[in-house]
Amino acid sequence: MNAAGDNSMIRWGLVIATYLIVGLMLVLPPVVVLSEALREGIGPAVATLADPDAVSAFRLTLEMTIASVIFNTIFGVLAAWLISKYRFPLRGLLVALIEIPISISPVVAGLVWLLLFGTQGWWGTALERMHIAVAFAPPGILLATIFVTFPYVARTLLPLMEQQGRDVEEAAMLLGASFWQILFYVTLPNARWALLSGILLTTARAMGEFGAVSVVSGHIPGLTETMPLHIETLYNGYQSVAAFTMAALLAIMAMATVWLRSVFEARALRLPEPDVQEGGRA
Amino acid sequence: MLKPVHALRVAWPRPGDPLPGFRFALITTVFWIGLIVALPLTALIIRPWQEGTGAMVAAMQDSRMFAALRISFTTAFLAALLDVPLGIILAWSLVRAHLPGRRVVDALIDLPFAIPTAVTGITLATLYGPQGWLGAPLKYLGISVAYTATGIVVALMFVGLPFIVRSVEPVLREFPPELEEAAGLLGARPWQILTRVALPTLMPAIVSGFGLAFARGIGEYGSVIFIAGNQPFRSEIAPLLIVVRLQEFDYAGATSIAFVLLVASSVCLAGVAWLRRRVARGLIAGADS
Repeated sequence: MNAAGDNSMIRWGLVIATYLIVGLMLVLPPVVVLSEALREGIGPAVATLADPDAVSAFRLTLEMTIASVIFNTIFGVLAAWLISKYRFPLRGLLVALIEIPISISPVVAGLVWLLLFGTQGWWGTALERMHIAVAFAPPGILLATIFVTFPYVARTLLPLMEQQGRDVEEAAMLLGASFWQILFYVTLPNARWALLSGILLTTARAMGEFGAVSVVSGHIPGLTETMPLHIETLYNGYQSVAAFTMAALLAIMAMATVWLRSVFEARALRLPEPDVQEGGRA
Repeated sequence: MLKPVHALRVAWPRPGDPLPGFRFALITTVFWIGLIVALPLTALIIRPWQEGTGAMVAAMQDSRMFAALRISFTTAFLAALLDVPLGIILAWSLVRAHLPGRRVVDALIDLPFAIPTAVTGITLATLYGPQGWLGAPLKYLGISVAYTATGIVVALMFVGLPFIVRSVEPVLREFPPELEEAAGLLGARPWQILTRVALPTLMPAIVSGFGLAFARGIGEYGSVIFIAGNQPFRSEIAPLLIVVRLQEFDYAGATSIAFVLLVASSVCLAGVAWLRRRVARGLIAGADS
């Protein structure tokens, strides 16, 4: 009796602690974003988004995100195929290299590209002579974004494809399917939810990347500023409403992507078994 | 019948492995990893030594760099440590407490993963700033958070919290509540149940969650720089000093800091991995005895 009373008191204590932690640490920040953005009403907030620099930042973020998603999806799928379907020497090294960008500071992820393409970089002057701008230009931003989001597609696919083995692929091969046919008609359909989840994670990370992009971009408003960088410029220029409006837009875009991913992930967790069976029968 | 045989003959890359595509996938993957990961990392490792060892030696004597590294590591460590009890409480509530609004809380926990770091940065700087909703009352109490090292810890705690919760939660879910109940029936006080029964089981997960939060905190940039105030020797983190050096066109200095940061965080992560293995082994040994 006494122990039960103790327990329910502790339970309520912990529940209240949970609400306090969640409220102070996790609920307040998004409320602050919205209230700062809408401080002068919804009209002025929306008007800040029509600013040419804001539009250009939005467009650049969209372009960089789409481009990095395309590159990382193609290579992520091939890398996951290679690592999950074959055993070969130095396979572990490839896995380790794929994981590296996750544990590297975003600033360092930007710096490495300047070491290659910056004015003092290995190939900076050569590129300048050829009038090719990589550092402080969109190609540099793209490279930095690709680096930072590099692991996600491969990492999401790997455990699933590894677990699915290669029986189905071998069956398809014996039936005469080519590599591309196996990949597109057998392997990827079986891993479609994981693939989608990896793509969405890449998307969310790519659009929000700040540190790496900040180092290589050069911060030229209207030219090399993505949304996160433009938020910084606006905030440091005391344009609070504009900064928080763009922050709200970016946060909503990223959160919607992450939410979509959790929906697909739930489906992926529910579906793998029937999927494998389907494939096995085919 | 000719087609498959042809396809097989062309695509069989390795004796004994009939599955096609090995060579193609290997070449593209190695090319891409080489270009995107290996090449830049090589530059990072070679560059500090390229102008002779002078730049590296000079960087090693730069007290501002050591101050920045010390601030980065101590704030990241402290934030991850403070996140541990908070994360355990949240994980426990999610798994055990029949929490009203559990799904909302569950979704909110991933918020720091989802929000872009720059948004986190300006938001926390406003929230804890002198006129902010939390900053103003704290200032009244004589505590200043924004533009101090405390602000760095607050920002890193926000960023690191989901790592602890998401590491502990699955283990807690597997952990049968009957064990706690049995301990209770045998006369253990709630505190004893926590320290003798629950925590030892959760320890490996806690350590790995701590390690993830710590690692993320060491390199974190966007969510920190707005709230930190960025005074050299007091609230300047190592990633920011890299940016400062780059703005001074001191590539060698910037690369030296990046190099030291990389080595130091690898050592720390290896330490955490070692600790995790030890704790996990201790757990198994404890279960045997």
